[in-house]
Amino acid sequence: MPLDHADVKKIAHLARLDLSDERMGGIATDLTNILELVEQLSAVDTEGVVPMAHPLQMAQRLRSDEVTETNCRELFQSIAPQTENGLYLVPKVIE
Amino acid sequence: MHNKSITELAAGLRAGDYSSVELTQYFLDRIQRLDGELNSFVTVCKDEALSAARAADQQLQTGEAGVLTGIPIAHKDIFCTEGIRTTCGSKMLESFISPYDATVVAKLKAAGVVNLGKTNMDEFAMGSSNETSYYGPVRNPWDTETVPGGSSGGSAACVAARLAPAATGTDTGGSIRQPAALCGITGLKPTYGRVSRYGMIAFASSLDQAGPMTTSAADAATMLQVMAGFDRRDSTSADQPVPDYSAGIADDLSGLKIGLPKEYFGEGLDASVAKSIEEAISEYRKLGAEVLEISLPNTHLAVPTYYVVAPAECSSNLSRFDGVRYGHRCEDPKDLEDLYKRSRAEGFGDEVQRRILIGTYALSAGYYDAYYLKAQRVRHLISDDFTRAFEQVDVIMGPTTPDSAFHIGEKADDPVSMYLSDIYTIAVNLAGLPGISIPVAPAAGKPVGLQIIGSYFAEARLLNVAHRLQMATDYHQAAPAGI
Repeated sequence: MPLDHADVKKIAHLARLDLSDERMGGIATDLTNILELVEQLSAVDTEGVVPMAHPLQMAQRLRSDEVTETNCRELFQSIAPQTENGLYLVPKVIE
Repeated sequence: MHNKSITELAAGLRAGDYSSVELTQYFLDRIQRLDGELNSFVTVCKDEALSAARAADQQLQTGEAGVLTGIPIAHKDIFCTEGIRTTCGSKMLESFISPYDATVVAKLKAAGVVNLGKTNMDEFAMGSSNETSYYGPVRNPWDTETVPGGSSGGSAACVAARLAPAATGTDTGGSIRQPAALCGITGLKPTYGRVSRYGMIAFASSLDQAGPMTTSAADAATMLQVMAGFDRRDSTSADQPVPDYSAGIADDLSGLKIGLPKEYFGEGLDASVAKSIEEAISEYRKLGAEVLEISLPNTHLAVPTYYVVAPAECSSNLSRFDGVRYGHRCEDPKDLEDLYKRSRAEGFGDEVQRRILIGTYALSAGYYDAYYLKAQRVRHLISDDFTRAFEQVDVIMGPTTPDSAFHIGEKADDPVSMYLSDIYTIAVNLAGLPGISIPVAPAAGKPVGLQIIGSYFAEARLLNVAHRLQMATDYHQAAPAGI
């Protein structure tokens, strides 16, 4: 199923990627080619086959809900683009 | 000196033939002299390396040293290194300095290893040629007009050019084995969960696995010994004992059953690569192995399955790069959405954006069942092929890649043709199995890799099988001209 500009625009919005109009055409072609490669899967009979989410079929390990790490906020925020009083700064969301 | 194995270098350090500082300076000088053309390093850590070497020399003097104490190596730039820039081959992380070490880095550091620097790679490990790196392509030391493979292309090229005795790599669809094959070195992808993924920047979490890249299987065993093991910080880390990988490495191969999947020797395989592989199989017959033809009937579905599963997981993993907490942030965002969208579009290269888009599409409402769930079902069929094969044989062998190294630019404009160069390696990741690539007879002067696949946690067996060929032949000792 070939993807058109409108499809790519919608996907790019979901992925939060700012794609310029001049790139849309090339990307639509690339994505269509990749989906064509993937299309072979639809012909495979997978009736009754369990989806494989993990190669070793291991159960997810759980731990008790306890504090195990020390607070490293200052260290982690020292590499942030913009912070103030221990908070990450972003453009205003609520007026 | 640069052609010596880790074991030989360790013996030299102990005998006092040279200090770790001298050894480290020797490899730093080689990098300085030869890497300008190859571009295998993104960051060289001269000062940190020499200071670690001085500490190692003290340990060597007090007799507290292990096998790897004072041995210089390089880390793929996907592993977080405290205080040293970690770029993951991306503009997104151009000035990212990790506040902590990856478990692999921490374990090797604790073993006394000296870190020479961070190696170049395809951006976020997405690529098979190292051409998607923001820091420029890496050149293959065997022929600088050709690619080293990817995504661990910098690690493969630096070990092949003997700029480091060993390097770390990661493998999501072949990213250790394919560049190892194209650069004529040994590369091991362990069983999924064998080596901790903590601090290794995530691409596709159900496939990613770290491993050693070295000039021999014996050195790979030494490296894996330190890298492997349970880590509570990685929720998918395997809680399994780590065996002694060097203990049985020279064991006799009489009676070993080798399976050759007929699907790995069909259409698409270069004739000269096939010939090199057949020569290696003959060597194994001489070593007492029995060779059987087997079938992995769903092989042709591995690449399409991978290009749903890996992009889906990548689109989810890479959502963390949003310009807020770390990494690239666009100038003057007008609102939060603009901040996200422009930071990501500016920070990620074309291939990464393609994969995020494919993955987002495959996971979006109305398409999830048709793509992601379907691919996970087919993944089970591919894994079952291997389970059945290992009821008949001990190891599976075939070419690592369908062709030797291709030219820089040759496949850059055609993503699908690039994806198909990983046709023999991808199924191994989907199944979570261990695989190793070792150099065999070159084809027209270019390296060729033999892939050996084992059952779950059979790394010791793979290293044994690889080492026996390296005892009987000297393919692994060949180095590029002028090196």
